[in-house]
Formats: sequence, C-alpha cells, structure tokens
Amino acid sequence: MRMRSLEIGVGGLILAGAVSLITLAINVSGLSFSDSTGGYNIYARFENVGGLTERAKVSLSGVQIGEVTAIRIDTRMLMADVEMRIFDEVDYLSKDSSAQILTAGLLGEKYIGITPGFEEETLAEGSRIEDTQSALVLEELIGKFLFNKVSE
Amino acid sequence: MIERLQRIGRNTLDRLAATGRAGQMLVQSLIAPPEPTTMLPLLVKQLHFVGVLSLVIILVSGLFIGMVLGLQGYTILVDYGSEQAVGQMVALSLVRELAPVVTALLFAGRAGSAVTAEIGLMKATEQLASYEMIGVDPLRRIIAPRLWAGFISLPILTMIFSVVGIWGGSLVAVDWLGIYSGSFWANMQASVDFSTDVLNGIIKSLVFGFVVIWIAVFQGYDAVPTSEGISKATTRTVVYSSLAVLGLDFILTAMMFGEI
Repeated sequence: MRMRSLEIGVGGLILAGAVSLITLAINVSGLSFSDSTGGYNIYARFENVGGLTERAKVSLSGVQIGEVTAIRIDTRMLMADVEMRIFDEVDYLSKDSSAQILTAGLLGEKYIGITPGFEEETLAEGSRIEDTQSALVLEELIGKFLFNKVSE
Repeated sequence: MIERLQRIGRNTLDRLAATGRAGQMLVQSLIAPPEPTTMLPLLVKQLHFVGVLSLVIILVSGLFIGMVLGLQGYTILVDYGSEQAVGQMVALSLVRELAPVVTALLFAGRAGSAVTAEIGLMKATEQLASYEMIGVDPLRRIIAPRLWAGFISLPILTMIFSVVGIWGGSLVAVDWLGIYSGSFWANMQASVDFSTDVLNGIIKSLVFGFVVIWIAVFQGYDAVPTSEGISKATTRTVVYSSLAVLGLDFILTAMMFGEI
C-alpha cells in the first residue's frame, strides 16, 4: 500500500511536469503549430530593413497575415531581400500592393505593413512586391531635418 | 614555507583524486545493462523522495518570487508608462534565469543534502559494505536510482516553478494592480520564444540537475564514515552545488544568449 501511494505521488509529479511544459509552450510562449506549415512565400526588396528580424509580423491594417521568414542581401542589387510567408487564407493581396517597414509604438519592434493595391491579379507563391518603403532610421531623419534647416 | 607548499600540493592532489573517484562512481553506476524489474521500483521510491517531497517548497517559493517580480516590475515600468510589459518581464526572467537557478539551489538544499546524509549514514553503519557482502553492487542499487531521480525530477520541478511563478506574477499584476489581462498575456506570448527561451531554460535545468545530484551522491558516497564526516559532507554538498549552479549558469547563459 505504501508503494502504491509513492507511485501515485510520482505519477502526479510527472503529470504536473507535462502540464507545465504544455502551459509554457502554449500560454507563455504562444507556440502555435498551424502557422509554420501553411502559407505561401512572397519577396520584397528594401533599401534598409532597420531592426527588422526574422519571425517579425507581416500585417494588413494591423491584423497579422504572415511572418518574416528570412532576410538576406541581394548581391546583385545590393539591397535587403526579405522573404515573407503569408497565410494561405489571405489570397486577396493584389499584385501592386506595397510594403512598408513600420515600428510598433515609439520603441517597439519592427514589422511589415502591407497596403493593398487595386489590380485584379493577386500575389502568389514566389511573387515580389516592387513598391517598398524602408524603415525609418532616426539618424537619417535628424540629418535630413538639420540639412533642411541649414538650407533655409 | 616548505610545509605550506606541501599542504597546498597535498590538497590539490586530494581534490584531483576526489574528482577522479566521482567520475569513476558515475561511470560504474550508470553504465551497465538496464534491469527494469529491479530498478524501476527503486527509481520510483527515489523520485518520490527527491521530487515529490520537494514540491511544496518549489510551489511556495515559485509563487512568491513571481509575485515579487510582478510587483517590482510594475513599480519600475509604470514610470515609463509601459506597465503592460510586466508580463513579458516576469515570464522572461523566470523562464530564462530564475526558475532553473532558484529551483536548483532549493533542490540542493532540500534534496541534495538529504541524499548526502542518507548515503553517508549508510556508509557509516556499513550498509554499503553489507550489500557488497551479499553480492549486490551498491553502486547499482543505491547510487544509480538516486542519480536518475535527481536528473529526472529537477527539470520537472523547474517547469512547475516557472508556471507557478508566472501565475503569481499575473495574480499581482492583473488581479491586484489592474493591468489589462489581454495585453499582459499578449506581450508575454509575443516576446517569449519556445525554442530560445523555454527550451534553453529546460536545458539549463537538465545540466543543473545532473551536477547537483552528482555532487550530492558523491559527497555521501565519499564521506568520512563518522558523524562529523557526514555533517561536513552535507555542508559541502550544499556549498559545492550552489557554487557549481551559479558558475555554470553564467557559462550556459553566455553560450545561449550571449551570441558568442
């Protein structure tokens, strides 16, 4: 009987450990298993990605529609080439949509905002957004401001 | 002068020999064909002793550490108007650092010292020797189940500590200080990454569990079989394993988050 209560206690400990792991995975780190599988890849070239990182959000009107999967240098154009995965259900982005790198809040993380265009044809696997706007870099902004002041 | 040098040399050699014996004990007790029918009941008994019985102290300290983090984080972050980030702060500091380290320190004090004293007393009362007399290897029967139990139970306790701590933090921040629960959890989920934060915390606790239980078992096994020797061994277990945990934590953190 003593052994039985020990076994129940140890079983409870292991169960509590498993529940904790699942809680940590889903409630704390927000791991979801659906995002990584589906979706199609689109590309965009930016002059400057600023502090954009992989796994950053891609959003349309503030709603997440995908995430950044890779950032590399396009060696021919010498620009940053950003690969994004867009969820499968978002199949209505027109071909002339534009992409901007935006900042959440004043000091928040960088994300990509998509502004839809008007064309009938939609973005599909492997297509490229041509109309892009780079991240706002504070130093450049201040530089421009000072330059304007001087020229006045 | 010569005497002092001699003493230093002797101490160094003693330490080296002890390290060698520790490694020998580890290899001899763990590397052997598995015998599930005899080992499993012993392992369950030890898991109960080092794991289940440490649960209360882990739950209580996890809850209070989480609550304190929530409170301190709030008082600092409210100055910058970003008190929504409390969830992120509590979760990251618990999952990455506090849960593995504090759990390992508590585990060394609660379970490690008990294991050392138990094995030391077995040695002093010549139980280990009598096992050998009847043809049972004490390394397999006494040492191995305890090593496995510590190695298995510390990561489990660490995860429980994290969850309880985060719950304590949300208790203070959301229910008491009135942070909107949606932004508390959303900020946390946006910033905590499963593989870099949660898994690295678990890897840390695996390393700590191994080191703490190894030190505890070895200090008991290697204790001078007198009452004074056992008390010294118990003290050494707590001191050595705390130092090892804190030192290793820096190294592991540097490897995991230091981008070296």
